[in-house]
Amino acid sequence: MSRALTTKGPSIKIKSTKKTLLLTSMALPGIVWLFLFRYLPMFGIILSFKDYRIYYQKPSLINNIIHSEWVGLKNFRFLFVTTDAWIMVRNTIGYNALWIVLSLVISVSFAIMLNEITSKFIAKTYQTMMFFPYFLSWVVVSYFVFAFLSQDKGLISHMQQNAGVPVTEWYHDPKPWPYILTIAYLWKNLGYACVLYLAAITGIDASQYEAARIDGANKWQQVIYVTLPHLKTMIIIIFIMNVGKIFNADFGLFYSVPMDSGPLFPATQVVDTYVYRALRNMGEIGMSSAAGLFQNVVGFICIMVANTITRKVSPESSLF
Amino acid sequence: MYRNTMAIKKKSARLGAVSVPAEILFHIIIGGFGLMCFIPFIFTIIISFTSEKSIAVNGFSFFPEEWSLNAYKYLFERARQVAFSTVSSVISTSVGTVFSVLICVLYSYAMFRKDYKLRQFITFFSFFTMMFGGGLTATYMVSKNLLGLYNNYWALIVPLLVNPFNFIIMRTFYQSSVPDALIESAFIDGSGEYRTLFQIVLPISLPGIATIALFNMIAYWNEWFIGMLYIDKSKLMPLQLLLVKMQQEAEFVAQNSGKIGSISAHMGPVPTESLRMALVVIIVIPIAFAYPFFQRYIISGLTIGAVKG
Repeated sequence: MSRALTTKGPSIKIKSTKKTLLLTSMALPGIVWLFLFRYLPMFGIILSFKDYRIYYQKPSLINNIIHSEWVGLKNFRFLFVTTDAWIMVRNTIGYNALWIVLSLVISVSFAIMLNEITSKFIAKTYQTMMFFPYFLSWVVVSYFVFAFLSQDKGLISHMQQNAGVPVTEWYHDPKPWPYILTIAYLWKNLGYACVLYLAAITGIDASQYEAARIDGANKWQQVIYVTLPHLKTMIIIIFIMNVGKIFNADFGLFYSVPMDSGPLFPATQVVDTYVYRALRNMGEIGMSSAAGLFQNVVGFICIMVANTITRKVSPESSLF
Repeated sequence: MYRNTMAIKKKSARLGAVSVPAEILFHIIIGGFGLMCFIPFIFTIIISFTSEKSIAVNGFSFFPEEWSLNAYKYLFERARQVAFSTVSSVISTSVGTVFSVLICVLYSYAMFRKDYKLRQFITFFSFFTMMFGGGLTATYMVSKNLLGLYNNYWALIVPLLVNPFNFIIMRTFYQSSVPDALIESAFIDGSGEYRTLFQIVLPISLPGIATIALFNMIAYWNEWFIGMLYIDKSKLMPLQLLLVKMQQEAEFVAQNSGKIGSISAHMGPVPTESLRMALVVIIVIPIAFAYPFFQRYIISGLTIGAVKG
């Protein structure tokens, strides 16, 4: 239609320019925000290569950056020589990898079970209950955890006391934390993943199950040959998207649930919490932004690789 | 007679279902997990109604020896800090939700319009930020030092205004609910861009807007990280940040008994266990009551986001 109009003369051209302007004005608030909060900080990458100092003659962010000394890759050195760096990289990737697999397996099986429950009302109630933790903040969750683990008042500590077992120093002993963090993560996120898969399962045509039944497939075979093949694309997409984010940790979980407790760092320090602590507690601007840049570059590579694989597996579901 | 039809109905419902023992097992597993999802909150409610004396003697318990309303009395009558924080949370949530929804609706509409010349550019412009960024340090310094987001309401609202993921969800909503012919006919009738959006497109995209509004509302209500970065003034602290500070403070007090930090000075005596749990309850109650009603919208939004994201 627009082609037919443009042949009509200059007034139409003005109209189309006006349209472009109007639509741009709609996008403008978003463009300005993205520029200020997402693109401008990208220039801050140079902080990773500088020894950030306040320029006392005329302190302002730009002056400070200009007058700080270039130090090359010095800020990155710690990433390769210290054990701290190894621990946080190991934790970030290790937890994420474990949780991607665990939550995939558990949420798909939960969704299949939920779909088999005959009373739709009860199934809906379960679903609503499982979805609840997804809407809570990690701070709130950390209080829930505290109610069970608090040294002197927690329910579990008290049970240990009553049983005559030595009370675990939950907030000082890193050993149980891989389990606690895994439980907290699954507790909060399973319901959400399960609801997604359930929505896909209910979308499967009932006649397919009927056909399978007539062919003599039992329930288990129906799951293997009808349900899972239908979920395949979705499982692959979610799996690959999560692999793309494998180098980004959920800050709240690792910071708030262990209550920022120092002795737990061997089990709870991840890249995100390191960047925050280096910035706020130690004031290490250079090292903090170097770790952040490292995370961003590795994350970017992960997404690119994940997307390339998706494009090969199912072209219509790739991100770009 | 009635019983008979019931029996038949039951039988037909069972056709093609798993065996009864298997279903009972599913009920135990799924129902058990469902209960586990809710029990910590109920436990927190119980603790908030437990008297301090009971807590001191027995610790946190599902069956307290002595109940008490003191935590809530204190919370509503004497805790000025809680009043400030509630105001801060309500203001940032309501203002933030309105503006973030508005920005999202406008931006994604431009992304949706196929005859918009800069469509590809603005799509990429928002999408790229999902993959790469300047990192926390640089964002923090730009926001605080260059844009002046420090100890004011802007600092609680502006950093969360845009979420590119919501742009994609909203654009997908337009694509699935607004036919191209509708927009074309609106222009033939002489409707301008803004009028088309607000009078024709938005009324049929209400489920999409509801989804986005809910996401944003929950995001603002649950936010504590940006508060931790940009807010030092206790008057401006939102409720969630107050929880974080109370946690740190309680530990601080436990470690240095005798010294009392800034927040406890506001609140009178050192915050007690039941009081902190009562605050958690107050924060969670609005969510617990609202989300079952909006669950349908949220699921549809999440499904779109997961598939098309």
